[in-house]
Amino acid sequence: MIIDSIQNGIVIDHITAGKAMELYRILGLDKLDCTVAILKNVASSKLGRKDIIKIDREMDLDWDLIGYVDPTITVNCIRNGQLVEKRTLKLPERITGVLTCKNPRCITSVEQELPQEFVLTDPARRVYRCRYCETQSK
Amino acid sequence: MKHLIDILDLSPQEIMELVNKACDIIEHPAAYAHKCDGKILATLFFEPSTRTRLSFESAMLSLGGQVLGFSSANSSSAAKGESVADTIRTVSCYSDIIAMRHPKEGAPLVASMHSLVPVINAGDGGHNHPTQTLTDLLTIHKEKGRFDHLTVGFCGDLKFGRTVHSLVGAMSRYEGIKFVLVSPEELKLPRYVKEESIKKRGIPYEQSVSLEAVMPELDILYMTRVQRERFFNEEDYLRLKDSYILTPDKLQNAKEDLRILHPLPRVNEISVTVDNDPRACYFKQVQYGKYIRMALILKLLGMD
Repeated sequence: MIIDSIQNGIVIDHITAGKAMELYRILGLDKLDCTVAILKNVASSKLGRKDIIKIDREMDLDWDLIGYVDPTITVNCIRNGQLVEKRTLKLPERITGVLTCKNPRCITSVEQELPQEFVLTDPARRVYRCRYCETQSK
Repeated sequence: MKHLIDILDLSPQEIMELVNKACDIIEHPAAYAHKCDGKILATLFFEPSTRTRLSFESAMLSLGGQVLGFSSANSSSAAKGESVADTIRTVSCYSDIIAMRHPKEGAPLVASMHSLVPVINAGDGGHNHPTQTLTDLLTIHKEKGRFDHLTVGFCGDLKFGRTVHSLVGAMSRYEGIKFVLVSPEELKLPRYVKEESIKKRGIPYEQSVSLEAVMPELDILYMTRVQRERFFNEEDYLRLKDSYILTPDKLQNAKEDLRILHPLPRVNEISVTVDNDPRACYFKQVQYGKYIRMALILKLLGMD
């Protein structure tokens, strides 16, 4: 299968196989009107199998969010057919508006206008806790 | 501006300064009687409390300040659906410092984000209760003369007991500490407290279902009540509420210099026949709670 290379845009590479659709949804890529290619289960010497997303447009992405979904991802920014930036990601210290606290005793359960913020408390175990009540995200 | 939301907001050095200040207040109360003249403490208690609210009020009055506030959500505009942020924006115009208790976890943090004056968390659900922990720490220091090289036993509800979680976190920062955790299976210390406070720091600990078996090694015994308000299911509460009751018999093998603490209120988990044992210091603890709150108020108002 051949997918054309892009001239100006972003290639999100080394996505853990099976996670591309989750990333597509969380990043809101369904709202774009440019070409977006999702490649699943691509052979990879590093990962065995991987997913790739190609976006045929330059745009700002929420790096923290991508790092949260899959910190092994690399992001390549392409301009005029050339690689101009390659980013490796890490787990973000804080994520906002992605996870929801499930603790019925949390203040966010009654004051729903509060931003849902989670803080990385244990990088080795990828543990995020609600900023307000410290309940672990599920 | 400094707030106190979590005991870990304070460094061990700051805790030592507060303890030293509280000891000085105990020795020289008259020297502090007018330190807060003209200052107002607002006590915002969205759920009932006797000890903590009166302790804060007594602390501020003993410093020469004044108090205002409410003691249940029904008598505040929370009953009309006002947000914590709006309540705090209003109250911080009327006061110099705020002590807040709220049934929802994280509410005092939200308050601190919108307040014009220092906010003290006076308990948020099953989450944090840092001034109780300061009280416990002052009691330990007054009774044992140190924070390090102690074997600290916790008994009862270690799952929902916020005072236990906070004290474990605070004591984990001192050298030579060992924890002994005594509870029924259903009320064991949550895994995250063990992982993030105890194991991460390599602190030795043991878990036991028998209080008698571990009693001889304890320097501190921290008893807790199984709290009805933390259970969604009444049946579970009734099944577990009498799990551990401390009696003189169970203290037979305890050290002579053991100290028994309890955050109170007590229901029946410590027999009243233990009250006169010289090792029982839960009523002294109440007294210390006022002095440490005085020290805290002075610190947060920048008057120390």
